[in-house]
Amino acid sequence: MTEHVDPDPEHTEAETRGVGLAPSVIGTAEAVGVAIGDTVPEDPEGKPDAKGKIGIGGWLAISWLGLIVALALLAPVLPLHDPLEQFSGLASSGPQTGHPLGTDALGRDMLSRVIWGSRASLAIGLGAITFGMLIGGFLGLVTGFFKGRVDAIVTPLMSLLLAIPQFVLALSLVTVLAASADVSDTRRILVVILGLGITTIPILGRITRANTFSWSEREFVTAAEAVGARKGRIMIRSVLPNVFPAMLSIAMLGVGLAMIAEGGLSVFGVGVQLPQPSWGNIIAEGRNQLRRAPHIVIFTSVVLFLTVLALNFLGDVISKRFDVREGQL
Amino acid sequence: MGLLRRLLQLIVTVVAVTFFSALLLQLLPGDPVEVLAPFSSEEQRDVIREDLGLDDPFVVRYAGWLGGFVTGDMGNYYTVSSKRPVSDRVADALPISLQLMIYSQLISLAFAIPVGVYAAARKGRIFDKFSNATAFAMLAIPNFALALLLQYFLGVKWQLFPTSGYTKITEDPSMHFQQMVLPCVTLAVGQFAVYMRLLRSDMIATLQQDFILLAKSKGMSSRRILFRHALRPSSLTLLTVAGLSVGTLIGGALIVEVLFQIPGMGLMLAEAIATRQMVAFQSLIAIVAILYVLVNFGVDLLYSALDPRIRHDRTR
Amino acid sequence: MTSEETPVGTLPGTGALLDVRDLSTKFDSPRGAVRAVSNVSLSLERGQTLGIVGESGSGKSVLSRTIMGLLPRSTASVTGEIIFEGEDISGFSDDQYRQFWGTEMAMIFQDPMTALNPVMKIGKQITESLRRHMGMDRTTAHDTAVELLRSVRIPEPAKRFDVYPHQLSGGMRQRVVIAVALACGPRLLLADEPTTALDVTIQAQILDLLEDQQRERYMAMILVTHDLGVVAGRAHKIAVMYAGRIVESAPTRKLFADMKMPYTEALMSAIPRLDAPPHTKLSAIRGRPPQLVNPGPGCAFAPRCPYARDLCSEERPVLRPVEDDPDHLFACHYPVDSAESIEIKDHLRAEQMVAEAAGGGDSDGW
Ligand SMILES: Nc1ncnc2c1ncn2[C@@H]1O[C@H](COP(=O)(O)OP(=O)(O)OP(=O)(O)O)[C@@H](O)[C@H]1O
Ligand code: SF4
Ligand SMILES: [Mg+2]
Repeated sequence: MTEHVDPDPEHTEAETRGVGLAPSVIGTAEAVGVAIGDTVPEDPEGKPDAKGKIGIGGWLAISWLGLIVALALLAPVLPLHDPLEQFSGLASSGPQTGHPLGTDALGRDMLSRVIWGSRASLAIGLGAITFGMLIGGFLGLVTGFFKGRVDAIVTPLMSLLLAIPQFVLALSLVTVLAASADVSDTRRILVVILGLGITTIPILGRITRANTFSWSEREFVTAAEAVGARKGRIMIRSVLPNVFPAMLSIAMLGVGLAMIAEGGLSVFGVGVQLPQPSWGNIIAEGRNQLRRAPHIVIFTSVVLFLTVLALNFLGDVISKRFDVREGQL
Repeated sequence: MGLLRRLLQLIVTVVAVTFFSALLLQLLPGDPVEVLAPFSSEEQRDVIREDLGLDDPFVVRYAGWLGGFVTGDMGNYYTVSSKRPVSDRVADALPISLQLMIYSQLISLAFAIPVGVYAAARKGRIFDKFSNATAFAMLAIPNFALALLLQYFLGVKWQLFPTSGYTKITEDPSMHFQQMVLPCVTLAVGQFAVYMRLLRSDMIATLQQDFILLAKSKGMSSRRILFRHALRPSSLTLLTVAGLSVGTLIGGALIVEVLFQIPGMGLMLAEAIATRQMVAFQSLIAIVAILYVLVNFGVDLLYSALDPRIRHDRTR
Repeated sequence: MTSEETPVGTLPGTGALLDVRDLSTKFDSPRGAVRAVSNVSLSLERGQTLGIVGESGSGKSVLSRTIMGLLPRSTASVTGEIIFEGEDISGFSDDQYRQFWGTEMAMIFQDPMTALNPVMKIGKQITESLRRHMGMDRTTAHDTAVELLRSVRIPEPAKRFDVYPHQLSGGMRQRVVIAVALACGPRLLLADEPTTALDVTIQAQILDLLEDQQRERYMAMILVTHDLGVVAGRAHKIAVMYAGRIVESAPTRKLFADMKMPYTEALMSAIPRLDAPPHTKLSAIRGRPPQLVNPGPGCAFAPRCPYARDLCSEERPVLRPVEDDPDHLFACHYPVDSAESIEIKDHLRAEQMVAEAAGGGDSDGW
């Protein structure tokens, strides 16, 4: 059970002030007609229709992601070629019967590799963000809620992680942690998840902290404190559910970014290792076949692009719907 | 708050960043020498051990490394028989990477500013919706995929631009720019999308301000209001974000260099990884990280130099 | 307010400067059309001051922005006539307005903290329009701007020329805003709550400054405020607005001597006393201001009016002149001096006395 999840903070504020001369009116009046060139001013009172509705785009995004996840989960039972099976004489050939997406440089079926590759890519994207959400989210929640000394110590440390460009940080961690030649595939994927996950900690931490900060100042939280509820309980029961949409919307973007970053790592040869496919390494490896078999890069890129686009789109819908303020990144 | 505090912050960050890169070698599983030079003789191993101070405690080793680093000694490439200083190549590679990033930054801003301003001025109209949707889609394009697609379509298929390589501008300016087109466009697309969207939303907020209405009510032209009155305050926000997004730009540049065979820091890093030159790797990471810290420090200074509100606070 | 009927097209320099007829402004909004201004008519002579008074949300700013032509064209729709110097400007395009803005009409805003461009030197913000409208060169514009700064009583104007807004106090900034507005010698100045955001002591200075400038330049002014006290000694005429309509208007003296509208009466008792803390918004009137989307059929003030009777919520009172005085208009079924209202007033007073006698001490009535 969650206590008092109020998706519309503005509303409660106006309501609780309850003064005769509605303060929200002042806001509107001030925003009146100041835009030049016929700009439409935002109306802070009414919720415009476009805000936070899932809409056609949203359903398309959900369907696409659903399809991808379903295919990834069902890969072992689908009637697909073995992604590692090499069809001799069919190397680098385009789409044809039996191989709707063609084959790669070694004559392996592309459709099967893309579907099997989604498993690694999704695992990395979701894994890294889950890791970041757990640690960054926890740190953000605690620092934002208890403020004071915890905040003064933890937050600067967290920000220090931002001092290194994210990709560089991930690249160096993964390179070093999976340096020996005999790392198993699973181990390497875990290392990639860890490396990318660490880079998301400060971002998720900050967003959670900023949102926790503002939510913990609200009446129902202070009221709960006044009644004597335990702090930790308030944090988890009252604040977390309200902060969660903000975390989620950033996490959506994060999943996409992590999937892309895995491809970047593959360019440096430290992503998921061949022959096991990931979308990133299929594209990165496909560069050697660009002249002979561009379809390898093109198909996989389109799939990756659409997936990231869908994630970004849903992240956007969530942040609009719950009126997430992104704060300073 | 002033320069002094900023400098202090800078130093702390640089120390932290280099400390991290020094830690990398420490994180290597097993004996670092085994990783660095797997087929070397016992003697060579001792040389390496000595060089790296592997027998010293970590802090001592870090201090030694940092001492060398600030005096330009970035360690060595170790081969089976010899060693070669890393700094030799960094001197060539770093400017190339910087060039790549500056070009892309300029291209992205050159498009993002007019498009962002115009979209804000016509909020909700077709142009705005179209450019906003396009930028949104651009954010989802993986840079390495874009690099390869541009290479294929514009390079291989339509033969408009060379697909790889690098020529110094002093050698052959025309070739230099031709070769830079695809890598820079690859990097600029993502940056453009970020800047354009940011500028648009910031400008929309600025255009709601009273001072814009005052400018309008004294009869200024729309053009002047947009570019002289609204863009200036908004460009300060843009500047801050430009500093932050240099992080993305750096990451992207490293990748793009590998894909376009541009001999910058990225290509050096890739080589170092492929040949397991961990000492070189550590130094290269440190350089890139410091570069980022310095850029943000510079942006900070620039910001306070450009924003009169801060500028005068400081002299007070 | 159309009592001084002006034949359209008389020589400039004679007749009303501004003649607004049946002006309405609607906004499209997701909740329906917001009728921010409805059927407003008013007129203003050269060099005179018209006070527009009403509480927050009554449509004062929308009205003044409609007259200025500053509303966003995509959401605002305006009907009626705005006759300025004998010419109907209500259908003007932005380009046509641009010739008017600054030179014929100018505007000053409520909050001097936000009305100046924070990253532009104040001198530049003045010379900009001088150079555009008067074609001045750099040095002439500079000298003229310094003179303007001097005339709005900014000390050391030559030095202040190169200063940024944040380096000045609120009162000083409002003087700069006034200088900006006056730069090209407008004939009509719209002052939208020019002192609301300022300290009480500074308010009077700014209002005096406006009055002096107005006299010197023979400039007409529309002074918008929510404080009847501000316009009391300064405006020639006063129009009281409620829910986007003018509900009472009269020459200042007549209004104070013989007010008809219960709403005006309420505003009267809400004039901030000098001992009240600054920035107190008008808060003495109980209840919420009316909503402007789908207004009901009756008097908009009825839900808050102490004298309201059944008729009030059924039929909207029309704006009509006081019997023997065509200059004094009001819209009310039971004006404050009607028998019905006096009866209620006596009743209320009696109740209050009972309450006070009971030791309640609640003097927060009407
Ligand atoms: N662009 C707009 N879209 C929708 N409603 C608007 C718009 N502009 C103004 N309004 C509405 O018109 C009404 C009148 O606003 P206006 O700003 O004129 O009030 P005001 O009398 O100036 O009040 P204040 O004392 O707060 O300045 C308000 O209810 C406001 O919400
Ligand atoms: S018409 Fe009725 S409700 Fe309206 S002001 Fe007059 S008495 Fe009050
Ligand atoms: Mg107003």
